[in-house]
Amino acid sequence: MNREELQSAITALNADITFEEGGEYLTANIPADACRDIMQALHNLPAFEMDYMFCLTCVDWKTHLTMVYHLESRKHAHAVVIKSKLDRENPEIETLSDIWRTAEFLEREVYDLFGVRFIHHSDLRRLLLTDDWEGYPLRKDYEDPINMIKL
Amino acid sequence: MDVKDNQQHAFPGDVHPTASGGILVSKLDDVINWARSNSLWPLVFGTSCCAIEMMSTASAKYDWSRFGFEVARATPRQADVIIIAGTIVNKMAPVLKRLYDQMADPKYVIAMGACATSGGPFFYNTYSVVKGADHVIPVDVYVAGCPPRPEALLHALITLQAKIKAGDKREKIVIEKFVDSN
Repeated sequence: MNREELQSAITALNADITFEEGGEYLTANIPADACRDIMQALHNLPAFEMDYMFCLTCVDWKTHLTMVYHLESRKHAHAVVIKSKLDRENPEIETLSDIWRTAEFLEREVYDLFGVRFIHHSDLRRLLLTDDWEGYPLRKDYEDPINMIKL
Repeated sequence: MDVKDNQQHAFPGDVHPTASGGILVSKLDDVINWARSNSLWPLVFGTSCCAIEMMSTASAKYDWSRFGFEVARATPRQADVIIIAGTIVNKMAPVLKRLYDQMADPKYVIAMGACATSGGPFFYNTYSVVKGADHVIPVDVYVAGCPPRPEALLHALITLQAKIKAGDKREKIVIEKFVDSN
């Protein structure tokens, strides 16, 4: 599918989806509570068949967090970016690790560095930092007076 | 290569000519330092993009084996010099210290690039980077650059050779520091 076809097909999945203009990929903003259903559809429906998640990350906007998923179909060669806003104080979203296996480690990384809790994740532990680490270093308000020299 | 460099690479000592040739008078320390400086085996150790430049320095175009560095060792037990090629993060610091401790004396350290000398681009606003590898192990030669060009690394290696030939062993420096501080 080309960009326009993809956009209309995704809109048909859920009425609350909005799209961003510009950017290399088609970018859809979806509500966090509908994230799992939409992702499942993108993965399973033959029209999409997004079988490859090539990036999963998070952005701290100070007012809120945004989860960012990059999906691609190897069969149809189309790609889409899915974004989902999260509450900064209590960031929670359903895991996608059972849909795309690669999300298991990527979600652990996001949990490690941003503190997003992935519901029903099979093994949500810190990935890079030590288990007793306090705080989430990639958050904008992270403070570490010993190791960090503020500019 | 100018005269000074020629002298630097020459075998240390004075030749006293005799009828049948000559007698070389030298100091054993000088000969040992000459031998050491011309076969420095680096440890295979690279933590980021500086390692790519280090590999380039090792390969055919720059070819550090011209100066006696060709035998890169994958074990610290057989290495003489560790080139810290890249960022040292807090998690890597104990590993670096351990590798250094496992190397046999005499051992030398080159801090390659901005990260290894000072933390470089990660000096400010980073929670994970060691601000200079000399917080972890003592460094003999620092190389500027991000990453340094292979020529810069070659210059650092030659500088290290000159340092070894000059005879200042780290043991001596450490002892002098110890004496001064007491």
